[in-house]
Amino acid sequence: MPDLLIELFSEEIPARMQAPAREDLKKRVTDGLVEAGLTYRSAGAFSTPRRLALAVEGLTAESPTTREERKGPRIDAPDAALEGFLRSTGLTREQLQARDEKKGQVWFAVVTKPGRPAAQIVAEVLERTIRDFPWPKSMRWGSGSLRWVRPLHSIICLLSDESGSTVVPLEIEGIRAGATTRGHRFMAPDQITVSGFDDYAAKLRRARVMLDPAEREAAIRQEAANLAFARGWEIVPDEGLLSEVAGLVEWPVPLMGTIEDRFLSLPPEVLQTSMKEHQKFFSARNPKTGRIEGFVTVANIETPDQGDTILKGNQRVLAARLSDAAFFWDNDLREAKAGMADWADGLRAVTFQSKLGSQADRIARIAALSREIAPLVGADPDQAEQAARVAKLDLRSAMVGEFPELQGTMGRYYALAAGLPEPVADAARDHYSPLGPSDAVPSAPVSVAVALADKLDTLAGFWAIDEKPTGSKDPFALRRAALGVIRLVLVNGVRANLGQTFAKARSDADAADLLAFFHDRLKVHLRDQGIRHDIIDAVQAMPGSDDLVLLVNRATALNDALKTEDGTNLLLGLKRAGNILAQAEDKDGLEYSFGADPKFAETDQERALFAALDQAEPAIREAVRLEDFQAATQGIASLRAPIDGFFEAVQINTDNQILRRNRLNLLSRIREAGRLIADFNRIEG
Amino acid sequence: MTSPKDHQQAKPVCFQDVILRLQSYWAGQGCAVLQPYDMEVGAGTFHPATTLRSLGQRPWAAAYVQPSRRPTDGRYGENPNRLQHYYQYQVIIKPSPPNLQQLYLGSLAAIGLDPMIHDVRFVEDDWESPTLGAWGLGWEVWCDGMEVSQFTYFQQVGGHDCRPVSGELTYGLERLAMYVLGVEHVMDMPFNPPGSPIPLRYGDVFRQAEREYSRWNFEQADTDMLLQHFKDAEAECDRILSAADTDSAGRRIPMAHPAYDQAIKASHLFNLLDARGVISVTERQAYIGRVRALAKRCADLFVTTEAAVLQAEDAA
Repeated sequence: MPDLLIELFSEEIPARMQAPAREDLKKRVTDGLVEAGLTYRSAGAFSTPRRLALAVEGLTAESPTTREERKGPRIDAPDAALEGFLRSTGLTREQLQARDEKKGQVWFAVVTKPGRPAAQIVAEVLERTIRDFPWPKSMRWGSGSLRWVRPLHSIICLLSDESGSTVVPLEIEGIRAGATTRGHRFMAPDQITVSGFDDYAAKLRRARVMLDPAEREAAIRQEAANLAFARGWEIVPDEGLLSEVAGLVEWPVPLMGTIEDRFLSLPPEVLQTSMKEHQKFFSARNPKTGRIEGFVTVANIETPDQGDTILKGNQRVLAARLSDAAFFWDNDLREAKAGMADWADGLRAVTFQSKLGSQADRIARIAALSREIAPLVGADPDQAEQAARVAKLDLRSAMVGEFPELQGTMGRYYALAAGLPEPVADAARDHYSPLGPSDAVPSAPVSVAVALADKLDTLAGFWAIDEKPTGSKDPFALRRAALGVIRLVLVNGVRANLGQTFAKARSDADAADLLAFFHDRLKVHLRDQGIRHDIIDAVQAMPGSDDLVLLVNRATALNDALKTEDGTNLLLGLKRAGNILAQAEDKDGLEYSFGADPKFAETDQERALFAALDQAEPAIREAVRLEDFQAATQGIASLRAPIDGFFEAVQINTDNQILRRNRLNLLSRIREAGRLIADFNRIEG
Repeated sequence: MTSPKDHQQAKPVCFQDVILRLQSYWAGQGCAVLQPYDMEVGAGTFHPATTLRSLGQRPWAAAYVQPSRRPTDGRYGENPNRLQHYYQYQVIIKPSPPNLQQLYLGSLAAIGLDPMIHDVRFVEDDWESPTLGAWGLGWEVWCDGMEVSQFTYFQQVGGHDCRPVSGELTYGLERLAMYVLGVEHVMDMPFNPPGSPIPLRYGDVFRQAEREYSRWNFEQADTDMLLQHFKDAEAECDRILSAADTDSAGRRIPMAHPAYDQAIKASHLFNLLDARGVISVTERQAYIGRVRALAKRCADLFVTTEAAVLQAEDAA
């Protein structure tokens, strides 16, 4: 049972692409091998910035021989049919067998495919894998036409067993597979020849390359923690950064540096953003002061001066960046303390969207809308308006100009510096939220008011100028804005009539169309929470569907009810009643809603249904009025047995027209009872 | 192959020393050492030696300093790192040689950055120039956490697939030299050797100009005139591209280069208008699109002209 080693050695692979590339390499190669009839015991993929590697253990040495019988044309069929058959099987006429079938003699081909050695299969599979590799972005280089993520330099493709190892013969665009690679770019640049995976990993380690990204991550985490511990600090955990940094080095060498005192008064978010985004540094916090006071940078090399030059260089770059930040911070604070009027003025000159005016115009609209929304969310209207007026002023600050990702965060600092109340400052920070489906949703009333107004103004504005999302195109992230509104409303239980709110945001937006867009987004959102799409359709058809809280309560109760057996049967009963009615109404050309008279009831089951309806109807009505949809669905569910009994005992379409009409009118009462809750015709099943 | 070690020597002592060493290093690697293009450009990539020569099939290797202007980056000479006029060093080799990374590392060693004691890293950075209709993949090169160069394999220029692919290296000279020389403020950087009879610092050469251009770029440039110049450049570019292929004597001389000059002009005028703050976010895209349309047509003409020349050479 041979083992297979593959290494694709290239120029530096982007860190973010390495993990998916490992999976793709493993999947494509092993799938290809299995498809060709080989089996294997286990497989593992690895990567460094300069290589993708795959080890497959316990591969079968060759694929099994297969025998396939294929039925061809009849012996007396025209020559053309036979020729076609010969072509498709690759056999000659002499190799065919004539067999007796019911309808006469028929040609049969027995195609035997001999097993093939693993090397041949591996070569084919690897070539195909390389040529079709699903890099998010790939490129050509030099005069070649091969595509890879960056120039590909060499390939190891090696099969090894007890008797030794053999290179799989393979050549792609002038790159011939071999058994050699290179170590660390600077510390061990010479060629290494390897005989199998264990030898490969061991020799790479000697050549200052840690092959396994998990090992590099662990090494960085451990060493960074040790360095911080020695100073009484702790590393601010950041798994995303850790995995990125592990993809930037072959031989991680964490180095610890300190932030100069003159920068320690900067907001921690500024320090962290500057260090992480631009330098890929980990932040180190001093638990005694609670401040970020140091950093860990991860070098890719051991140097004779123990990283001294590298650390000094990094420290210099950081100091230059932080001096910029400190300069911005001081200037911005001065402006904030002066009331930020210059920033408000400046936003007049910044276009939000040519048809929607300047940022200042937009802020004025959001302020007015925040005031309208405030009572709905329990916020003070004056405070909501004030918050909306300052929430975006930090867009003109120098700090946000330099670090756009700090918008809002800086807004809060500057609002506080301007002496504004906490709820107003918090709204500056939180009014962009929620940004994604898992982002936290603000709950402070002023923040909720401004967050809603901000998003509703954007949506209504783009609807008014007819710039709606189409297909995959959503350049203004309107779907995200709508989902944000939905989550703000549902999480905070905001009772609002969306249609009216749209009109307040902008009277020239097509409110019905925008509401339909919201319903679509809501459907996606609720589907993720396990509520069936047809149930949402059924409740969207009900009045008051622009009150999302009401709509979702209705849908949730119905969704729960329909999960039970009673619920499914009830649904059948309601649909049956609906269908019979619809047919009769179609035939008779009228709607049966005249009220049924119990005196025409002939059977106990009929009388029982009358009684049940008399009892359930007011209960359901009252429950709906109180918005207790659980009770309302229970009320409907109480009709299940009487409805079932009625259908079993009673024939509706009798010759007696009086009885027939009375029964149809009775069915109509069932339909009306259902309609109090949802349009059951839209529910599937 | 050249190992970085071969080029180690005493550290450079001034700005021009860094430039001279890069010049002699890349001359040693067989590049034609060209002079800057004599027009205002935002980056070394705009030099026709890069833009136009990365098109078509003919091999090419050139290196040059390119003064670059970015009006919005002006800081009146006060910011330690930002300038509205600065120098880029540009290397362009077609087809990109297999050892281009190694050659590049050699150039760092040549200016005193020994990769055995520094941390040199290739960090993903895809390059795109919407104005030139160009993109490529590569890295920004980090030395001890500082970006010292852009390294790009051109995939498309002026809307044309690059076949063969050019390798492009761009060094931000001031920043790189400041790092090598250990200078904190660009204006303090020695321009010529500090021991010269008349020692000059970067500030002695450029401070006054930076102040004056910052004022002009941000406050004074006549926007109506610039808008008119933009339209003029666009119209002239179009006129040149639409002109007949043959001159008055019947010779076939399509004019890709003169047309491209007008595209460069339009691009710089757009940058000036942008610095004056008279272009809105939505208008920006439209302006960039107009320059790109010009650049693409120039690229088309360059490619067809070269193809005709190659055909004629084959025939002869």
